[in-house]
Parts: sequence; structure tokens; C-alpha cells
Amino acid sequence: MKVSITVNGKKQESDVEPRTLLVHYIRETLGLTGTNVGCDTSSCGACTIHLDGEAVKSCTILAVQADGTSLTTIEGLAKDGVMHPMQTAFMENHGLQCGYCTPGMVMAAIGLLKENPKPTEDEVRMGLEGNLCRCTGYHNIVKSVLAAAGAK
Amino acid sequence: MTITENKPTSVIGTRLLRREDPPLLTGEAKFTNDLNIPGALHLSVLRSPYAHAKIKSIDVSAALKIAGVIAIYTGKDLQSSWASPMPCAWPVTADMKNPAHYPLAIDKVNYVGDGVAAILATNEVASRDALDAIDVQYEPLKAVVDLEDSLSDKNVIHTELGTNKSYTWPLLVEETPGCVEEAFKKAKYKVKERYVQQRLIPMAMEPRAIVAVPQPFGGDITLYSSTQIPHILKVMTALTLGIPEQQVRVVAPSVGGGFGSKLDVYAEELLCMALSRKHNAPVRWVEERSENTQATIQGRGQIQHVELAADENGKITAVRVRIVGDMGAYLQLVTPGVPLLGAFLYAGVYDIPKAYDFECTSVFTNLTPTDAYRGAGRPEATYAIEMAMEALARAMKIDSFELRKRNYIKKEQFPYVAFSGLTYDSGDHLLAAEKAAKMTDLAGVRAQQKKQNVPGATKLLGLGMSSYFEMCGLAPSRVLASLNYSAGGWEAATVRVLPTNKVQVITGTSPHGQGHETSWAMIAAEKLGVAPEDVDVLHSDTAISALGLDTYGSRSLPVGGVAIALACDKVIEKAKTIAAHQLECATEDLQFANGTFSVKGSPDRALPLAAIAFGAFTAHNLPEGCEPNLEAQVSYDPPNFSWPFGTHMCVVEVDTETGAVEILKYIAVDDCGNQINPLIVEGQVHGGVVQGIAQALFEEAVYDEDGNLKSSNLAEYLVPAACDVPSITTGHTITPSPTNQLGVKGIGEAGTIGAAPTVISAIIDALSGLGVTTMAMPASPQTVWKTIQAATSGGKK
Amino acid sequence: MIPAAFEYKRATSAAEAISLVSQYGSDAKFLAGGHSLLPLMKLRLAQPAMLIDIGRVKDLSYIKDAGSHLAIGALTRHMDVETSKVVHEHAPLLAKAASHVGDSQVRHRGTIGGSIAHADPASDLPATTLALGATYIVQGPKGQREIAASNFYKGFLESDLAADEMLVEIRVPKMQGAGWSFQKFNRRAQDWAIVGVAAWHRKGEAGVALVNMGSTPILATSVANAIAKGASISDAAALASNEADPQSDLNASSDYRKHLASVLVRRALEAASK
Repeated sequence: MKVSITVNGKKQESDVEPRTLLVHYIRETLGLTGTNVGCDTSSCGACTIHLDGEAVKSCTILAVQADGTSLTTIEGLAKDGVMHPMQTAFMENHGLQCGYCTPGMVMAAIGLLKENPKPTEDEVRMGLEGNLCRCTGYHNIVKSVLAAAGAK
Repeated sequence: MTITENKPTSVIGTRLLRREDPPLLTGEAKFTNDLNIPGALHLSVLRSPYAHAKIKSIDVSAALKIAGVIAIYTGKDLQSSWASPMPCAWPVTADMKNPAHYPLAIDKVNYVGDGVAAILATNEVASRDALDAIDVQYEPLKAVVDLEDSLSDKNVIHTELGTNKSYTWPLLVEETPGCVEEAFKKAKYKVKERYVQQRLIPMAMEPRAIVAVPQPFGGDITLYSSTQIPHILKVMTALTLGIPEQQVRVVAPSVGGGFGSKLDVYAEELLCMALSRKHNAPVRWVEERSENTQATIQGRGQIQHVELAADENGKITAVRVRIVGDMGAYLQLVTPGVPLLGAFLYAGVYDIPKAYDFECTSVFTNLTPTDAYRGAGRPEATYAIEMAMEALARAMKIDSFELRKRNYIKKEQFPYVAFSGLTYDSGDHLLAAEKAAKMTDLAGVRAQQKKQNVPGATKLLGLGMSSYFEMCGLAPSRVLASLNYSAGGWEAATVRVLPTNKVQVITGTSPHGQGHETSWAMIAAEKLGVAPEDVDVLHSDTAISALGLDTYGSRSLPVGGVAIALACDKVIEKAKTIAAHQLECATEDLQFANGTFSVKGSPDRALPLAAIAFGAFTAHNLPEGCEPNLEAQVSYDPPNFSWPFGTHMCVVEVDTETGAVEILKYIAVDDCGNQINPLIVEGQVHGGVVQGIAQALFEEAVYDEDGNLKSSNLAEYLVPAACDVPSITTGHTITPSPTNQLGVKGIGEAGTIGAAPTVISAIIDALSGLGVTTMAMPASPQTVWKTIQAATSGGKK
Repeated sequence: MIPAAFEYKRATSAAEAISLVSQYGSDAKFLAGGHSLLPLMKLRLAQPAMLIDIGRVKDLSYIKDAGSHLAIGALTRHMDVETSKVVHEHAPLLAKAASHVGDSQVRHRGTIGGSIAHADPASDLPATTLALGATYIVQGPKGQREIAASNFYKGFLESDLAADEMLVEIRVPKMQGAGWSFQKFNRRAQDWAIVGVAAWHRKGEAGVALVNMGSTPILATSVANAIAKGASISDAAALASNEADPQSDLNASSDYRKHLASVLVRRALEAASK
């Protein structure tokens, strides 16, 4: 089935099988491998991207459902070689270790601040309930998001 | 020229931001499954749905008809592909029973997830569809799930072994024969406790992924794998496949966490390699999460019986420990050695006499094999001794902190030769514990507790603590030999100063989140007087880093990092001879600081390292017999383990109506000696603590009586999220290790070791007024509630 | 996590969706946000031969003040329910419950209608709309009919919806200032409730429904009746344990669930009556 999806500002026309998950479309059809897959139950959030400006789990959406939408993936955040403030905040606060959950975590965190620009620590923790990290114990992730919120 | 000499350090000890981060933050980093290898075939593995069954027949005809499916192999089909069974590198005793374990099961499956058939297809969709189309007929057998049931040998899993027992490993240390028994007879206080270390799933966020790429001619093969151990993997896969070692190259691209689960030689690695050679095409495999929970090793899985004897002051006079270890269905790379890594630590941080009686019996079950998971043996041991100390304090009706103080090895006793003969390098347990108590506001919490925990209250406050020692930095090779480990514990490093004074460090460690590129650059920069950004760190590719023993057991810094410092010393020594030659002085007259050699007393007679590096490159003016280029290679075998330590405390509130536990405060005071990069040290502690909290409260690989994993994905296996855990307050004391020139110790596992007993002891403390004295892990709300019910209804009767 | 193959059709109106489903019969499934169905399909626990994507039926995403009740289009996303001013004003219990569904990514995609039609007893919104006395409007080949929430849930993942019917609107009576509370007890925030309680309370009157206490969401009528008869909150709440015969699973045995139900109902009613 033909789909037309704008990804990181660029319109992409592709032919996909209906059962193709959006995350597979992003990774395999488009070769944007920054978006990761960490589970098969929509639990871990590693595949989080923005669909029409909102954080979603791209493993739980069919590519055909995204026809006509606009996506942002982790690769689309940096502008002119400068990282997004959230990416910088993660770096400055050691908000990542192995980095596998990181793209999804960053996308979820940006979505969180969009909906709640000045969150409390508890609101950050609750806002990231759909993203699992095994390395950081979340402490520095939370710190990163609060720092990014403060920097705005 | 060592760090201790050169006091005002400029790089070491700073919170340098990680160079690893930008590629990981922007999606540029390539994990194994991100590699685009044209023409790669996709492997899927059909797995047994039975824990124990005979394979009656396998019909692949329908699956072979699926478009894109190229070939399907059974265990029998591939039998001739293996030069030997899958490796176990730790035959802990001469008579250890080790069943033959092949990448695909032959005739019989022994756990749910055991590989039955390998499907090769041109794409993942076809290989996945083929899984559903293979018809396997099984004859189910009784599954052995319970450790004590396994011990009884009522149903023997590997009939060729005649028993479910793999080995019994004793460690009896007595000053005089029979003194343990004597001590228990004489003891004023005794405790006898039984603890269960539930099975855990390591759950690195990146599931395993593999691509094997054959060279078209000559038989060489490159294995890309999300592994912690490229070097060990290279040797082991070559041996198992029966191909010359030099034909195998192993690369670990970005690796998304390991925690021990990627410290193994896995069936899928061997399958990808064997099939890529057979088909002369790249073969890739990526694990699904529900597959990971069954096909990747699990951790813990022990029943512990612990006894302490103490005199009238609570001074411990003897320790007796009996362990039953759950090996799972087969022995993986270091499975049998895991309980041994804890065997020396059941005396914890305490000064005990030579009256120590440890014995571990390990058994097979029809469950996923276990192996090293973060801490490997040491969290289990620490949990047991610390919970037993809590029990002893209860028996004596004294505060457990007071009891610990009476038993801590004292600062002035270090280096301390323990009952076992091992030397603990340095420590100050009281200092760390008192710091933790202060940060916790121990007195304030106790006062609040008195106010809050009144009869009828349903929200009860509890305070918990544990003091730990970690035997890490694996390891002195000679000690490993005495434990029958098949390899050494050294680490290799090469340091090369390039003509433009940029530095290359090649390390045998293989990071997967620990930030080695940053920390190793800091060490070399400090030693050589260059900027850290001028140091490039290369690793995790056996074609670049030929020698190494990889990353696990909190070994990377105290072994691999120290190797880099030593290689820098060698480089400096060589540079010094060149400097002396060019400055026309004796080497003894030269000093090296801030990247420059100068003649003592004549600071104007100086040569920067940059000039020497370029001179070594042109080789125009070198001393007689001096080889060109400035590089040095070191293989460093540490003389001792490293012994980080600390005390953790936490405050919990238990809702007695629901059993819910909330951690209000968590304090971790850890001492890993000198810190190269405190930012990274803190990160390691945070993550470790949360994994320990997860063992205490959330996680368990739950099996039913037929050996089916009930918590087989991330919806059911409860890895906590940010909102489920507290923020962690870290503190540290610094007691440098005298073992190595950097004064460092490992920190990767410390948090995990300290956390579980801290949390569980806090819950028991909260509920002590209700008569609760034990708490199983994970302390789920239901478990807590049922424990309260049992304690209070017992009281009513 | 690759679903089995299926055919895919996209409907642009409710009528088209119903005509498609009538054509393909029981092998067809509606796909709204997909956050109940796709996870099952990825694990191949569900393998529908045909998916009818109703996600683009735009005229089914709305929240309207309809006088005595709120009319919420079936395709309204959880996030829109959670943040709607109208819902906050007239059915704050529903807004709160919507905020507890899954996680924020899930709430950006999942829909109230999808959640209700899936009829999962562990789901937050079926029980909440049940407590609020909602009515569901379903459309079939012969037109629309109304089903009271209390008559909708028939068994585990089974509802009164016929195979060729589609849920189009949820009508939620306005709460008229009643106190309320949503109690969700779980081990991790993102998980299904082990037990959940949606409750409202007004002088001598209450509505209480239980999440994950049986094969369907359960209206705790005995509790509401007791309150109506003037029983104390704790006496009324004690009855919640006997409202159901819940299942045992990984996180809770049946008896623990029953105990939790009473505790949580009491806490909910106490909070609602403040």
C-alpha cells in the first residue's frame, strides 16, 4: 500500500505491506536507525517518536496508519549541527549511559515539556512512565529534563 | 611519575562530559541491529514451548514453502557443524557434571526457549512467518522447576549424568579442626536464616543482535555482536566451530547495556557463524524481547541457609553457609562460578576469626540457564550476611547499626588479611556508615518513626541499612587459577603517541554504557600531559584491539584503566631516553610534568612530548638502539582484587492495608577509592541502586510448575520506570586502593550489591512492631500484605 | 513482533466502516488507535484477516456539552478526554481516569471508544463510565441503538456489540458537583490496575465501579445501595469484597484482590465525600 509520510521535514513516498509497523518503516525503509526497539509489548518507549508533534510509540502504530502525517525522529532534532536543548541537557547531566533507551527518552521528554513546560520532579517522573531505562536509575534523566525545562 | 606524586591533577577527578554521548543522543550511534549489511539472510530460531520434552518429529515442509525461506535446520542437521559443545569456562571442581549443550537441541529440549530449529530466510518477515509453520511433535516429560525437588533426583534431567547435581564446592576455613562447630556450641547468640534469591532477568534495553559476515574467499569471518566480550567470544567461537582463531574477527558495535547478560557465548552467535559459512552469505539475527526473557541468561536463583554464631557482645565467632544454586538447564560460560564469586563474602565487612564453613551445591533445573548478572554472587552473599546481621541484632535486642559497629573491620586493620587468606586492600567502614547515617538524619528518622508507628497506624515508617564489600576487579590470574577458572584476569593496553602529539589508546575492555572512552582518555591525558580531547580510545574490535579480556565484574578501571596508566609510564620512559639524548643529559636528571621533559634545576632546558613524538616518528635523531615511534603495550595482571565498600540506608513507608512500599529516601555512600570521573561514578551508583531496588520490590522471573515463564515480557516482568523509584542521594568517602598506582577500585556493581538488603531491612523494620521478621523478595504489595497477615494472625492465636 | 499478514481497509465514515465490516464478517476487526489490538497482533495472540481502520473517521472525535450529559465521540483520544475543560468541569472523574490509561504516548493514540469496545475488565475507562452511569451509542447496518453501560459488558473481552456494529458515542451524565475519586492500585504506574476503583459520592448517593475484579468491569451496586440506606462508608466499602470473584494472577491472588477492593473503595468514598 502506498503511503506518503513527512519525516524530519522531508516527504517520503513508499509502498509498504499493511502489517509493517511504523518503527520498522522508519528503521528499515528509511534507514533511520536512531529509533530503537526494546520490547514487543509497547512497554519500554525506546521507539518513541513524534507524530504530528506528539510523542507516540512507533511500535504500536502501523505505517499505513501514519499515511499523511508528519513525523520527527531523533535524527530530526539537531539543527545545523547543533543539538536540541534536550539533547544537550542529557549530555550535561549524564542522562544516558548505554544510550539505547535515549532516543525514545529524549523524544518523550521533549513531548513532556511541550505539554507541561515547567514540571515538578514528580511530574517529570510521571510524565516518563512509558519509558524504561536500565542503566541510569532515572536520577540523571530526571535531572536532565528539569534542566532543559529551566533552560527555556 | 605517578598520580600520587603529581598532586594538583588537572583532568582526573573532574566531571568531564562524556564523548560517547553526541552520537548516542542524535541517533548516529550504530548498534548491531542498525548495521546495514547487503545480502544478509535473516535467522529465526524456533524455540521449545516445553520445559522438558522429547522431540518426536520436526516437519518443516510447510515452512519451506513460504516465499523467502531458504533453509531450515534442526539440531541433528547441524550436529557435524560443531567441533565441541558450547563452552563453559569455569569447571569449578574436577568432578563437575556438565551436560553437552549444542546451539540447537538434539532429540530432547530442556527448557522453554531451548532452540529446536533454525530458519534462514531472505527477510525477517518470512523467517518469522516460518516459525508458525513448523510442526514439531513433542513428548512432554516431567519438568524439574524447584531447587529442592531437583536435589532429590526424583526426576533426572540429563539422564546421562545420573544426577541433577552439577557440583558441590566447599570452603572450610578453620583455625583448628572443628572450631566452627565449637563456636556454635559456645555461642551466646545464634541465628539461622533461610533466604531465597529469586531469579532475575538482566533485561539490558538492547536485546541481543548478531550479524556474521563471511569473507568471500579464504574462510575469514567477522562477527558483529551486542556482546560484552569480543575477545573471549573470538577464542570460544573459533574453538566451538573448529576454525583457526586468526580467521575470526569479533566486533562489538555500540552495545545497549549488558549487566552480565552479554558476557556469554550464545547459541545464536554460533548459528549465525556456522550458517553464514554454509551459505556463504551474511546472516543476521535479532532477539525479540519475549525471546530475550527465555533465550538470554538469567541471574541469581539461589537458596541460602546462613548461620551466625556470636558472643555476648555480638561479636561474630563463626559463619556457616549452605547454598543451593540454580544453574538452569545447562552450564553457560561462567554459570558454575557465580556462587563462588560470593563464597568469600559471607562474612561481609566484619572481622571474623578463621571459623568459616561455606558449601555450595549447584543443580540443574528445566529453566533458562543462569549466569553472571550484575554483581554475580556478591549481591547474594551481601544480602545474606546483612539480613543475618539484622536477625542477630533482633535476637540481641540491639540496634543493628550498633551490632555492625562492634564487628566492622577497623580502619587501622587494613590491609586486612581475611579468614580466607584474601587481603582486603583498604577500607574505612565506620566512616562510610557514619556519613550515611548523617545524610539520612538517622536520629531524626528514628524520632519520626516513634511518633508515626503507633498502634493502629496504617502507614509505618522503616529504616534500613546495609554495609557491603565488593570483591571485584576480576582478577589476579593466579587466584582465578586456584578457583579453576579457565582463563586469566589480566588486561591489555596500548598507548601510542602519534607524530602530531595526538594519542591513541587501545584497550582490551569493551564498554557498553560505562563511558570508557571518556575515562580512559582522562587517564592518558593526565599521565601524558595532553588534553583529553587529543586522546582517541579504540576498543571492541579484535582486529584493532587484539588482546583483552573485556568488561564485567567491575574490572575495567582497576585492571584495564591501570593497564593504560602503566602503558603511559612505558611511553614516558621511552620518551625520556629520547629527551635525554636530545637534551644531552642523563635520564635521571629529567623530570616530566605537564607534557614536558625538563632538566631538573634548569627549566629552560626542556622538550615537550610533542617534539619527542615527532622526533620518534622521523627517527632522525634517536639514541643508539632506540626504535622509532612512541608506543608501548602492557598486559597488566592485578596483584589483588579491588575492594570497594560502602553503606546504604533508606527510609520506607509501608501501607499496611495494601502492602505497598514507598521509598521516601535513599542514601548511598560508596567508596571506590580515587574517582577518575565522579559524574560517571555517580551514574553507576544510581543505576546499580535502582537494579537492587528492583530486585527488592519489583522483579522476578516467575515460573509455573511446568516450567513456563509467566513474566516473559516487559509488560509482566516489572522493570521499574522513573515514577516507580526514588531519587538517589549519593555520597562518597575516598580510601585509595594501595594495589594500583591510580588508587582506584571498581564501581559498576556496588549499587546493586548494597540496595536489596537496605530496602528489605527497612520494610522489616517498619513492620517489626507487628511481629514481622522476614520478607521475601520481591516484596510486592501482595507479599508484604500476606506477610503482615501471617504475623498478626499468628499473634492473635 | 511482526503481526501475521492481514488485509487493510480504511473507512472515512461510520457508515463505510459498518458496510465494510458487514462485508467481511467476523474475520474483520476495527482499528481505532490500535493500542489494545496491535500489541496482541504483534505477539500473534490476535490474527484478524482484515483490519478496518476507523482512525480517520473525523466526525467521531468530539466532546460536546449536551445539556444533562456529555457526548464524547468514540474516536476521542484519551489525551483529549484528560485535558478537556468540559470533561474537567462536568465529569472530572472521567478526566482523571483517562489520565491513568497507559502512558502519555499511549494516551496520544488510544481512544475512549477503542478502550470501551475492547471491554477489558482491567482497563480504566470501562469501569469509570460504568460508575458514571454512561450510555453507549452503537451504530449498525440498521441504524443506531443505545446500550446502558451496565448492560454492555458480557464477559472477558466480550460486549453487547454485534460483529457488524460500531461504538460511535459515549454519553456521560454530568456529575453535578458530586465528589469523586479514582483509585488505581498497581506496581508500576504504566501497568494495568491490579484493582482500580472509580467512585462518586453525593449526600446519600454513590456510584462505584471496580477495575480488574472479574471477567468484566463491575458495578458495585451493593456498596451504592448501602450508602443509599445510610450505611457508613467503611461498612459500605466492606461489601466491595463480595461484589466479585476475581481471578488470581502474577500480581494478586483472588483473596488479596478482594481485600484491596474494600480498602480502595473505602479510600475512594472517603476522598469523594470530603
